Amino acid sequence: MSSIDPRIDRLELPANEDGKEVMNKLEQWETYEVFHQKKRGDQHIHVGIVHAVTPEMAIILAKEQYTRRRQTSNLWVVRTADVTATAYDDADMFESTPEKTYREASDYYCMDRIRKYQLEHGIKDRKEDRRKVKEAE
Amino acid sequence: MYGNAQIDPKEKAKSLTDGEDPVLLAEFEARVSAGEKVEPKDWMPAAYRKQLIRMIEQHAHSEIIGALPEGTWITRAPGFRRKLALMAKVQDEVGHAQLLYSAAETLGKTREDMINDLINGKSKYSNVFNYPAMTWADTAIIAWLIDAGAIINQVTNSKGSYGPYCRALERICSEESFHLKYGHDNVVYLATGTPQQRDMVQDALNRWWTPIMHFHGPPDKISQHTEVLMKWKVKMASNDDMRHKFLEEYVPKIWDLGLTIPDPNLRKNPDTGVWEYTEPDWEEFKRVINGDGPCNKERLQVRRWAEEKGAWVRKALLKAETKYTVPLA
Repeated sequence: MSSIDPRIDRLELPANEDGKEVMNKLEQWETYEVFHQKKRGDQHIHVGIVHAVTPEMAIILAKEQYTRRRQTSNLWVVRTADVTATAYDDADMFESTPEKTYREASDYYCMDRIRKYQLEHGIKDRKEDRRKVKEAE
Repeated sequence: MYGNAQIDPKEKAKSLTDGEDPVLLAEFEARVSAGEKVEPKDWMPAAYRKQLIRMIEQHAHSEIIGALPEGTWITRAPGFRRKLALMAKVQDEVGHAQLLYSAAETLGKTREDMINDLINGKSKYSNVFNYPAMTWADTAIIAWLIDAGAIINQVTNSKGSYGPYCRALERICSEESFHLKYGHDNVVYLATGTPQQRDMVQDALNRWWTPIMHFHGPPDKISQHTEVLMKWKVKMASNDDMRHKFLEEYVPKIWDLGLTIPDPNLRKNPDTGVWEYTEPDWEEFKRVINGDGPCNKERLQVRRWAEEKGAWVRKALLKAETKYTVPLA
């Protein structure tokens, strides 16, 4: 086989080996999930996987694969086999019920009560002053 | 760098949803049409899984084989800066292959099986990489225009429905923008250089025009099959639409440099706003994709050589107790 690339020519590749398989089962090892932290103080975010034999090797490969262009302060890797995850089919277990609005900040408003009390007892509304100043400006 | 997915015309349209549970299928289609992403452990139609594996795997192979024509020129790059940049680009392409193999793996095909199918010829890769990069200028044209075509394809597909593929594509696109700028800079440098350099880049453009026009694949036949894949957001645009987008954006930039394109019929119809061109030789496309191109054999043999020569390292490191787990996302 002749190539325009002299390096390939030097390999003296055989002309035809069609149909031959070269990759055995597990030859690419197992996978590690990679988590990337952009800068100190940020969350680590899942960015993908690498194939590796040990966590140390996974870190080296993750550095090559996921930090080439990105600002990075820290990486985590964890064997895929060691991750336990919920099923999307069970996503309803995360839903809140309408009766649980007492847990939401937006469920609490008492300005009406305050204003009513202020009017009845002659207490000045601070915010009204501020509004007047703003209008005058 | 990659063109659009090839849809096998021999596959029957109705077989796509045959035997699927109608309730699950309806839920699935509702989720996809609402713009939700599908994740690996979700229920999906068997044909959806199969088509995505084929498409993502072909895309991954294209990245890894696509590194070869350009890689040829690393040792002979004109100057240190160009050499460094080309090495970075080639490393990116191989990295893209890994991201894409990972995305395909989440659908249940192991990387070993994908690499075997590449090497034994069962699985295809982008046809353009079966052509040689004859001169340095060819690498410039590839980096600019083939990558431009790939970006159009990849940005379109990143709006698709399969989460892991979309996320891989977003990451890939952000790196491809360097390839595009690097390629453009390279072409501009040659086109505004000595007469010899200009001739070199014009020759390369002439050689690559047909593969560039082939890049997004032959015009799609409107079939039920295509319609289903579009509904499932596996295929996001027709091949001709993507080709048109490419012409619209890049032909004027080529003409800006005073370069000519070897197609006398190429013009934008001022009345319709549509680009008109001579259909490239689709018989050649079929012939080359089926193995009879100038570099098919070399590409696969080089890949096989690399896998064979690296096997002992992988085997030496393999721990006996290793069990494979499908990646999460």
